[in-house]
Amino acid sequence: MQKENIVELKDISVAFDGETVLDSLSLDIKDKEFITLLGPSGCGKTTTLRLIAGFLEPDEGDVVFEGKKINGVPAYKRQVNTIFQRYALFPHLNVYENVAFGLRIKKTPEKQIKEKVNEMLKLVNLSGFEKRSIGTLSGGQQQRVAIARAIANHPKVLLLDEPLAALDLKLRKDMQKELKKIQEQLGITFIFVTHDQEEALTMSDRVVVMDGGKIQQVGTPQDIYNEPENAFVADFIGESNIVDGIMLKDYFVEFSGAKFDCLDKGFAPNEAVDVVVRPEDVDIVPENTGMLTGVVTSVSFLGVHYEIIVDIGGFKWMIQTTDEHFVDDKVGLYIEPDAIHIMKKSKYSGLYGDYSSYSEELDLLSEPQEVEE
Amino acid sequence: MNKKSFGNKLIACPYIVWAAIFIIVPLIIMVYFALTDANGVFTLANIASLGRYKKAFAISIVYAIIATAITLLLAYPMAYFMTKLKVSSQKMIMMIVMLPMWMNFLIRTYSWITILANTGIINTVLGKFGIGPLKLINTPGAVILGMVYDFIPYMILPIYSVMSKIDNSLLEASDDLGANAFNKFKRVIFPLSRPGVISGITMVFVPSVSTFYISQKLGGNKTMLVGDTIEYFFNLGPDYYNIASAISLILMVLIMISLFVMNRFSDDDSGGVVI
Repeated sequence: MQKENIVELKDISVAFDGETVLDSLSLDIKDKEFITLLGPSGCGKTTTLRLIAGFLEPDEGDVVFEGKKINGVPAYKRQVNTIFQRYALFPHLNVYENVAFGLRIKKTPEKQIKEKVNEMLKLVNLSGFEKRSIGTLSGGQQQRVAIARAIANHPKVLLLDEPLAALDLKLRKDMQKELKKIQEQLGITFIFVTHDQEEALTMSDRVVVMDGGKIQQVGTPQDIYNEPENAFVADFIGESNIVDGIMLKDYFVEFSGAKFDCLDKGFAPNEAVDVVVRPEDVDIVPENTGMLTGVVTSVSFLGVHYEIIVDIGGFKWMIQTTDEHFVDDKVGLYIEPDAIHIMKKSKYSGLYGDYSSYSEELDLLSEPQEVEE
Repeated sequence: MNKKSFGNKLIACPYIVWAAIFIIVPLIIMVYFALTDANGVFTLANIASLGRYKKAFAISIVYAIIATAITLLLAYPMAYFMTKLKVSSQKMIMMIVMLPMWMNFLIRTYSWITILANTGIINTVLGKFGIGPLKLINTPGAVILGMVYDFIPYMILPIYSVMSKIDNSLLEASDDLGANAFNKFKRVIFPLSRPGVISGITMVFVPSVSTFYISQKLGGNKTMLVGDTIEYFFNLGPDYYNIASAISLILMVLIMISLFVMNRFSDDDSGGVVI
C-alpha cells in the first residue's frame, strides 16, 4: 500500500476579526485514508475543512494538493467535494437532479449521467427515490442524497463536515458503518470533522485532536486513547482520572501518596508530570490489599457496568467495574503498571480529570448539542 | 382546539368586514353596472361595445409589458448586488429604494414633467451645448419611464427579500460541485429567486396596465390607456357608469388571465433544469 500525501497543510494561520482560529497548523493527509478532525466547538476543525474545500483562504501558510500549492484556486476548480453539515441540498431540484448536478456542469452525456446517478443512488440505498423532492425526505435520506451528490463527481478527497450530527443515535451508528464501507469501496480519502470522540474512534484510520486552533495530537485511535499527549486529549477522548505525579526515575512514578511501577521513561528525575489512569483499568480490591485506599462516594448503574466515584485523599477517581459496591464502602484500588500513562505537564494540566463535581446529568447537558455555523 | 380556531377567526374579523364592505361590495356593484343599461335593465350591450376601445387595451398591455420588462432588467441585478453587501449597507440601500415612496405619487410624476419638458432640466442643459430641444415629454417613452420609475420598488423588494434568504451553504455547495459563477447563477440563484421575480412582475404589471395618471401627465392626451378611458367615462357622469364599469370588468378579467398564465410558469417546480 503506497501512501502518499494527498493534502498537506503547511503552517496555516487564520484569524477572523483579529481572533485567531488556526495557529500555524501543519498536517499531512495521506491518500486513501479516513482521517478525522476531532475537537470541541470552535477548535478550528471546520475552518480547516473549509480551507481544503476552498471556501476560505489562509492568512498565512500553504494548502498543497497532490504536491501543488492550491492557495487561491477557487472551490469550483478543486478536486474535492464536501458533504455539508445541513446537507445543503438544492430545494428546487429533485433527488435525481441533485445527484446529477455536478455531472451536468461537466456536460456529461445524458446517458452517462443516468447510469452514474442510478449507480450512486444504489450505493446509498436510495434506488426508486429519483423523482422525490428534497422536502419529502427524512434527515437520514437527505444525508444519503448529499453523499451521492458529492461522490458522483469522483472527488479525490471527500470532506465531511459533521455530517451525522443531525441524525438520531441509531441512525448515526448505521451511517457510521455505511460511510466507512463507502470509503473502502471507493478507495478515496475522507476528511471527517466531528466533535463526537466515539464516532472518531470507530471510523478513522487516524484521528487529529484539535483545540484552540492547534493540533493537540495526531495518531491512530488506539494511540490517541492509550497514549494521550496531554490532559486535554486524555479528557476529551473517553473518561480519565488525571492526577499530579512525580516521575521518581524511569519506570517508577509517585502519585496520590503511593509509588507505582509503570512503563514510561525518558523524563527528568523527579519531574512533575500528569498521570492518566482510565476508569476501566482500575481494579477494586479489599482495603488491606489495595495500592491506594478510599471511600466510595457515589455509585451509578449503567447497564454494562457500574460507575463508581472513590474519594482518595480528597481527589475523586472514577472507576468502572462490573462488581457492585455501595456508598461509604472502604475499598482498595489496584492498578497494573501498563494501566498507568505518564504525560508531560501542559497548559491543560489541572483542568481536567477530577470527578469531584461529576454528575451524569451535567455531563449530558454540557454535551454540545451541535449546529456550529 | 375549538377555542383556538375561534380565536383565529376573531383575529381575521376586522379584515373580513373591511374586505366585504370595500372590496366585495364594490365588485358586485361594478359587475351590476357593467351588465345593465342606464335604466337598470340587464344587457350585454356595454360589453359588446368594447371593441371600440381595443386600441386602448392593446396599448395598455404593450406599455405595461415593456415597463415590467425594463423594471425587471433593472431591479434583478440591483437586488442581487444588494445581497452581496454588508447587512448595514443593505439596509441603507433599501431605504434609498423606498425613499421615493415616501413622497406622493402625483408629485413624483409631476417632477418628471419638469425634468422632461421642452423647457425642462434635460433640454435646458442640452441647449447649453447647442443640442435640442429633444422631444422627451408626451412620448410613449416618457409614459413607460414614468411607470418604471413609480413601480420599480415593488420589483426590487420581493426579489431582494427572496434572494437574501437563499442559504449561503447552497451557493457553497454549487461551488463545491464545480459550478462557476455563470452556472451558479443559472442553476441555483435564478431558480431559487423565481418566486420573487413572479411576485415582482405581478406587482408591477398590474398597476402599470391600469394606470391613468402617468399617461396623462407624461404622455400628453394622445395616448389613451385603459385607465384613462375608464376615468374619462366616469368623469362624464352617472350615465356613463355602465360603460366605464364594463371596461373595468374586462380589464380585470384580462389581468386575472395574465396572472393565471404566469402562475402556471411559477408552479412548474418539477425540477427540470433547462439545459
